[in-house]
Formats: sequence, structure tokens, C-alpha cells
Amino acid sequence: MTTDAPHAPAPFSPTGEWETVIGLEVHCELRTATKLFCGCRNAFGDEPNTNVCPVCLGLPGSLPVLNRMAVEYAMRIGLALHCRVEPSIFHRKNYFYPDMPKDYQVSQYDRPINVDGWLALPTGRRIGIERAHMEEDTGKTTHVGGGGRIHDAGYSLVDYNRAGVPLVEIVSRPDLRSAAEARYYVDELRGILVATGASDGKMEEGSLRVDANVSVRPMGSTEFGTRTEIKNMNSMRSLGRAIDYEVTRQISVLTSGGRVVQETRHWNEADGSTRSMRSKEEAFDYRYFPEPDLVPLAPPPEWVSAVAAALPALPADRRARVAAASGLPVDSDAVATVVHLDLDGFVTAAAAAGADAALAVRRLANEVAASGDSAHRLSADGFTQLLLMESQGSLTTAQAREVLRHLLATGGSPSAVAASLGFEALAADALGSAVDEVIAAHPDEWGRFVAGEDKLQGFFIGQVKAATGGKADLKVVSSLLRARRSGA
Amino acid sequence: MIAMPARISRADVAHVARLARLELTDDELERFTEQLGAVLEHAGDVAALDTAGVAPTAHPLPLGNVLREDNVVASLDRDEVLAQAPAVEAHRFKVPPILGEAP
Amino acid sequence: MTALTVAADVRAGRRKAAEAVESHLAVIGALEPAIHAFNQVMADSARADAAAVDAAVAAGQDPGPLAGVAVALKDNLCTRGVATTCSSRILDSWRPPYDATVVTRLRQAGAVIVGKTNLDEFAMGSSTENSAFGPTRNPHRLDRVPGGSSGGSAAAVAAGMAPLALGSDTGGSIRQPAALCGVVGMKPTYGMVSRYGLVAFASSLDQIGPFAATVADAALLFDVIAGHDPMDSTSLPDTAPSASARLGEGVEGLRVGVITELTHAEGIAADVVARVGEAADALAAAGAKVEEVSVPAAVYGLSAYYLIAPAEASSNLARYDGVRYGLRVPGADITEMYNRTRAAGFGAEVKRRIMLGTYALSAGYYDAYYGQAQRVRTLIIRDFDAAYSSFDVLLSATTPTTAFEIGAKTSDPLAMYLSDLCTIPSNLAGHPAITVPFGAGADGMPIGVQVLAPALGETVMFQVAAAVEAAAPPGPIASATPDRGRAGAGGAGI
Ligand SMILES: [Mg+2]
Ligand SMILES: [Zn+2]
Repeated sequence: MTTDAPHAPAPFSPTGEWETVIGLEVHCELRTATKLFCGCRNAFGDEPNTNVCPVCLGLPGSLPVLNRMAVEYAMRIGLALHCRVEPSIFHRKNYFYPDMPKDYQVSQYDRPINVDGWLALPTGRRIGIERAHMEEDTGKTTHVGGGGRIHDAGYSLVDYNRAGVPLVEIVSRPDLRSAAEARYYVDELRGILVATGASDGKMEEGSLRVDANVSVRPMGSTEFGTRTEIKNMNSMRSLGRAIDYEVTRQISVLTSGGRVVQETRHWNEADGSTRSMRSKEEAFDYRYFPEPDLVPLAPPPEWVSAVAAALPALPADRRARVAAASGLPVDSDAVATVVHLDLDGFVTAAAAAGADAALAVRRLANEVAASGDSAHRLSADGFTQLLLMESQGSLTTAQAREVLRHLLATGGSPSAVAASLGFEALAADALGSAVDEVIAAHPDEWGRFVAGEDKLQGFFIGQVKAATGGKADLKVVSSLLRARRSGA
Repeated sequence: MIAMPARISRADVAHVARLARLELTDDELERFTEQLGAVLEHAGDVAALDTAGVAPTAHPLPLGNVLREDNVVASLDRDEVLAQAPAVEAHRFKVPPILGEAP
Repeated sequence: MTALTVAADVRAGRRKAAEAVESHLAVIGALEPAIHAFNQVMADSARADAAAVDAAVAAGQDPGPLAGVAVALKDNLCTRGVATTCSSRILDSWRPPYDATVVTRLRQAGAVIVGKTNLDEFAMGSSTENSAFGPTRNPHRLDRVPGGSSGGSAAAVAAGMAPLALGSDTGGSIRQPAALCGVVGMKPTYGMVSRYGLVAFASSLDQIGPFAATVADAALLFDVIAGHDPMDSTSLPDTAPSASARLGEGVEGLRVGVITELTHAEGIAADVVARVGEAADALAAAGAKVEEVSVPAAVYGLSAYYLIAPAEASSNLARYDGVRYGLRVPGADITEMYNRTRAAGFGAEVKRRIMLGTYALSAGYYDAYYGQAQRVRTLIIRDFDAAYSSFDVLLSATTPTTAFEIGAKTSDPLAMYLSDLCTIPSNLAGHPAITVPFGAGADGMPIGVQVLAPALGETVMFQVAAAVEAAAPPGPIASATPDRGRAGAGGAGI
């Protein structure tokens, strides 16, 4: 589990008698092979301006044609978020910006493809989804000079490889009540997006970009306060920090008698603050109108139901399954981690084989999770076998951990690894005869131990340990000793 | 029936010119205010028309669901693309400083 | 010589494409200085293309239905590696890295592209005076406009510089100049011809269409360029109707309605009304059932058009910002660069329409202007549909007057806009329409009669157009023949 995951304790934010209200807009790049309206590759990190054509460069005379797969992914996302898929149309959102080749963005406006859904947080609380609409991404600008900051740059350079990459923008209702909850929401959403196959969920590559609408209001109030929109949060950590900062800022503005201005604010990671993005430009007037180069999109019901039927199990269902198998709470970190790391199949396999599923969850959430991407060397069969060896006493807990480490590092079968480590299976009866031999060899000491001289237990354990070359499970030895004494 | 907007003012024209990224001379401002006013006045017959219950036509065609398959098509040659650009650096389009963030 | 004859001769090996093209290049050489139909004459590539056609014929191949036929292209159609200017300074020297779909179709049909013709900047205008490279003159009288925006293509065909040309028609930009220059010009059903590679003016109205000296030649060119294109989402999926199928079959039994609002209306000159009446009479004499019909909402066409077209244009022309191609005027920051580039790159009419369209779409005005215009569009379609329930085709004037003098309307945009009165409704409805030369006006200048048909009605429309053509009185001969053209180059009028 990374430090960015939201299951770590939320930073304490003393909002006192103020309630925080957050709505999130998440832009998700779709994992199509090509762009939304042209056949150029949709790829991250290619040489600048190599994935461009007349359409995505907005050359005069070019026309867009909608990518079927992008529509399919958009529907998967909508259906996974319990939205209705509706007939939709694309609009043009007009504004001048150099990362936008046509100086308008093709986006869905008042008729989006997905409307009115919800996402359940791991706690079970439902966050409303207002819409999840399709639109095209912009190019990428690099600012040169002035330390790469936009306001101080000498000039900027534009790469249009990303221009026209398909996006789905998921707009939540203002249902989130803290920075921690916002992080839970994004983490859950990311899990859903990855599960549907629509997105790779990589925030660090910009596949997932989060803007937050934040306001505060007196606790108990039913009216919303004036909100600000926070942009440029590039990680889960900055999402939490930015919201906390902004909430504190708004409260201090309000408590000192000021008014919050509705505006867009830019999160600055370096100094940990938000800054107004207002320039001398007048307010934007996007002049939305229906994109005349595209025709309406109304996925036929049979397409929608085929997409719905093919949806894979989503994280919430998978957590429920792991919780049921293991008896652990559904909202526990360990359960979430196992699903997050796609290891829940190991738990169900272990449970099916009669192994201890709770032990499976703990091993996966701790040892396996900590091993990073080494989990791929582990097979569900091998993992189950290891759990069984441990619970049947043929390996001690320490030995089982050691075997797991080796399996993660180099692969192999647990019995072979145990053998190579010299953890020869000492069955309980083999241990029992070792104990009996030691008792027979030391009749005096045994007599005193049976008579109540408890400190001699250490002596006998030491003898058994020596006799077995250190392979005996000492807990088992002491219970055998106690059993022999009470039966003597 | 939709209310007829008031006649376009010089300030409206200046605002529209800013939105459209057109630097206008005073003379042009003057002339456009006059000419746009005349055209919009003529278009007033449309604004005044009772169209209650009439659906707008964005498109003369009853087409829908026009889709292409997600297949990669060769992109353009980068040199050919950049050769058309007014300014280029490091295989990117070079532009003067951008003062504001994207909206 | 008609395109049909040239193509038939070249395909049969009776004539060399090289000769045919050379004869047109000679006419261009003689008349171009006086008329200025072209932004660029592509003599070298035309000769090479003609040689390739001849080589194909020699090798026993069929170069296609336009074998060796010279075609002029409006300079808003993209040609790979060849400057495509839209007669705008802002695109001066831009070389598209791709061909428009119609250009590809022309090449595949064996046509030889002879040049790029002048137009009103970005096709905005009705006189070809709004060109950054100077006006085109009407071959019939050099002091008259050729109409617009496809004035260069109309003039090129009228002057015999090419038997065929392509133009684009957003509110009449093919039909109006065709009528003023005395040639045939046709706007197809919206979606019939791919717009891919046509530099957009108003996307929901633009269509590419043919110019020719005869209806049969226009049909030939239409049949080559029409058809589905997967690169254009608004392209019709079905097989295109044949324009040539029923040419010469007459009009016996067809029902023809003369549109009152686009014929007997204020501002439509008496000589124009008279010619439409004569055409109607001729059709009746040929066996058609001819009646007057009302299309009431058509009178709102002009207003709706001048809200919709500029609105779409304001968005379509945003991309000319000095970043990726074309003109850039430096500025201290990007906004200053945008403002200066667009101020210097666009002419007055383009600026006017960008302003008008930006305003019509802006917050608070959308419903009253753009939204309302789209609803009026619905009304116009309804009224046309009603008319077509009783008639196979409709007839009207193409233009309110004959060609006006250069400079007569440049200072009064509204007066200029009114010259598209009769052509605009077809664009708003997405229906096809064609203009056929039908005699002359009182000033001896050509007059055109418009035949309109419902969506996909090209076959019957061409059938009727051919009958109108057959009944037409001899039209005026373009006076700018090679010899007189040279004489007239010095001054206006001959
Ligand atoms: Mg968006
Ligand atoms: Zn592309």
C-alpha cells in the first residue's frame, strides 16, 4: 500500500463549527488505441508532435469521426457508476488557448451520455454522480524560462500528441464532506475505472486529473456557501492538502468578515497554497453550441445492455466477497488493500481449499503488499499450500513468512522452498517422539518437573531443540511437555 | 416568444471583439457597431417569431451514431507539420508567454 | 467543347488529354489578367497530370469518366502540397498536408486540376470582392461582379478557362455566381458530397458542388464527387442518386411549383421574374403541371441564415490564431499575438461575420438569435415538406438581379446579403438546388432560373433542369473572349 492511499489516517483538519462541502470533477483518459475523433495513436510519452494528423491538429478542412471504443468505455464507466446511458450530443466549448488546436473543445454539454448515478464509498455512504460525459483532451504546454512557471515564462512550447485523446469527465454531486472523504472517493473511483478497463488510473501520468469544488457553510446550514474550484492537484496527497488549505482559507475569510469569491484557484504544490487564477481577462463566455460536424449519439439499448452484462466485478463487490470469505470487516484496510492490489482471487482460492482466509488476507495485506510488484511470482495454489502448511504446524509462523519471502523473490513451490531452507516438515508425532526420548534420557529432572519445578521447562525445551537441530516449533514443544506432565 | 435584445452597443462590440480575439481600431468599432446593428435589426423578424413548441434544427440530416473503429491510422510526418508553423523549438510549436491558466 | 465530349474522346484515344488541357491553359493565359479567376494556375502539374492520363490510355487503361477534363477548384478545397488560401492573408502560403476527398475523387476519375480559383475570403460574400488578392471580374462585363463567393470558379467556366469547376455553397455561393455568370451551378443535398478537406465556413450549411456550361456536364461532375465518405460524419450513408440517369427524359407529368416568396417578392427585378415565368411556361408546354406554391417561412431564411452561418463561422475560424500554420503577427503575450494576427489576417467582411456570430452565441443572446434561427430552420423545412407533398420540384429565381457593378454594395453589407435571398432556403433545409442559365436581363447580363428538389431529389432535379436548359433562349455570350479580354484588361467594361 502506497503512502498515497487514502486508508492512512486523514490529516486532522479543525473545521470547528464549519461544514466542508466538496464536489469533484475527475477527468479520466480512456485507454483506447486511437484518439477520440481520429486514428492517431493515443499514447503517453511519445516524441512530441508525432501522433498528429489534420483532424487532431485542427487543420482547415478536417472533420471529426467518433471512436466507437471511446463510446463503449464511456458507457462502461457510466454503468459502473450506476448512471443512466442517454442519447447525447456533442457541443463546442469556445475559448482561445494554445493547447487547443481548434480553439474550441468538443465536449458534451446539456445532453451528456451518462447521467444521475452514484458511487459507494468503502464506508457504504453513497456519493451522487451528476454526470459522466465525453470530451477531447488538450495538448501539452511546456513553459520555458522563469523556472517553468506559467506566469514567469519567456515563452511556451506546445505538443499536440495529447490533443484529441478521449476523456470522460465524471462530475460528482457536492456530497463529500472532508478532504479525507474526497480521497476515499477518488481512490474508489480509480479502482472502478481500472476495473472497467476504461482507464489505467495513473494520476502521475495525468490519466486521472482531479479538480475540486470546495465551499464551507455553518454546521447545520442547508444552503451552500460560495464555492471555489481548485485545479492542478497531481496526486492524492496534493488533493488532500489543497482541500484542507482551501477550507482553512475560506473559514478564515468568513470568520474575519470577508466573502468568498467564486473563482478558480490554482494549487501550488511547492508552497502548499492555492492562488487565484483570475487574470485581467473578462470572465469566460464559452458560447456553447451543438457541434455541427458530428451527429447525435444514441447507443441502441442492445449495445447498452451488452456493455452492462460484460462489466467485470467492481471493487465494492470484490471487497464484500473477501469480507465474507474471511470474516473481516468489509471496510477494513486489509480487505481494501487485497482488492486494491488485485489479490482477492488468492483469498477466495484459499477459502475454497479450506485454508484460513483471514490469515490469507493478513499475509496478502502485509507481506505480499509490501513486496511491491513481486506478487506476480506467487500462484494462488502455492499461496494456499503455504497457508495450509502453516496452520497444520508443519511450518512455524516464522518459517512460513520466510518461505513467503522467498516465493515472492524467486517463485517456486512452498514445499520445495521450505525444503531448500531446511525447514523439513517436523510432524507433530515426530516432535512427540523427540520429546519422549529427552524425557527418557533425563528421568531425575523429569521427576522434579512433574513434582512442580516449573523452571525445568526451559531445560527440556533446550534439550528438544538440540535434539531436533533447532527445527522444532517451541510453542508446540512446550504444549507437548505440559501434556506429558499432566498425564504423568 | 423570446424578448428582442436591445440594439447592440459600442461596448457590446468591444466585448465581442475581445471574445473573438480581434484587435479593432476605433474606426472599425464605430463601423461594426453600426453595421451589426443593422443586420441584427433585420434579423429581428426571426427573433420576434412565435416558435413555441418548435424544435430547433441543428442539422438538416436525420443521421445518428456515426462511429469509426478504434484502428490506428498513420499520423502526419512531423517535419511536414512543423514546416507550416510560424515558430518551432524542440519539435514543438513555440508561442509567446501565456498569461493565464487554461480555464 | 463539353466535358462529356472531351472525356469520351480522351477515353477513346481520339484526343490527347495534353491537347485539351493545353487549350484551356491558353485561354487562361489570355483572359486571366483581365478576369482574375485564379489565385493559382497549376500549369506544370496540370501538364504532368494530362500526360499521365494519356499514358494510361496508351497503356490500355481507362482513366475514368473525367479523363483529361480540366477542372478548376475553389481555393477553399485542400490540395496536398499546393497553397490553399481561402483568399485570406491569414492562410497565405499554407500548404495542406492532405487532399480533400473531392480532390481525390477527381484524380481517380482522370480529371486534370488546372488551378485554384478566387473567392470571397473564407467564402463569405456574394461578389468575390472580399478577396485578399483582389476581385474577380464577370467575363460578360468586366465592370460587373461575377457573384460569389465562388466567383472565380463561375468566371473560369463562363470564360472557357475550364469546362468544369468546383465551388462551395453555404447560402448560394455556387448558384448565385453561376446565375450571374451565365453557367450551370448546383448545390447537392446536405451530406451528399463529402466536406472533408473543404475549409469550413458554416458546417451545417456548406456543400461542395459543380459548375459547368451545361446541365449534362454538371451531372457528370456531380456523379463523380457524390457518395459516402467515412471521413465526414455528416456524409449520407446511402448510394448517391444519379444526376445523369433521367437527363433528356422530359418533364411530361411532373408537378412543378413556382415559389411565390422567392419569385414574386419585393426586391426581385422584373426581368428576373419574367425569365422565371417563361421557364415555367416552357415546362408547362413540355407537359409538366405547373402551379404557384407558397413556402411562407422562406421569407425568414435570410435572417436565420445571417445568425446561423456567422455563429458557426465564428467558431470555425477561431483556429486561425498564428500558432500552428499561416500568418502570425508577433505580440508580447499570446493574447496580443492572437489579437494582432487575426486583425491583420482577416478582411472586413470576415471580421464582421465573426463578430456577428460571436455575439449571436454569447451568453444572454443564444436563445433570441442562434436558438431562434434553428427553430426557424425547422419551420422552413416543414413548409418545404408541405410543398413537396404536392410537387416533384420547385422553381424560383436564383438571384434578385443580374450582376451588379463592382463596388456597388461593398459599403452596405445588408444590401449585399440580400442577393442570397432566393438561394439560402435550400441551404437551411439541406435540400438540393440548381441554377440554369435562362436568357438575359434588360442589361444584357445573364439570368438564372433555380430548380429546387427535396432531399435526395437530385435525379428529378437534373431531369427538370435539362428541360429548362433545352427551353432557354440563347444566352449572352461571354464577351471576354481571348481577344476582347485583352482589350478590356485596361479598363472596366467592354
Ligand atoms: Mg471538461
Ligand atoms: Zn489525429
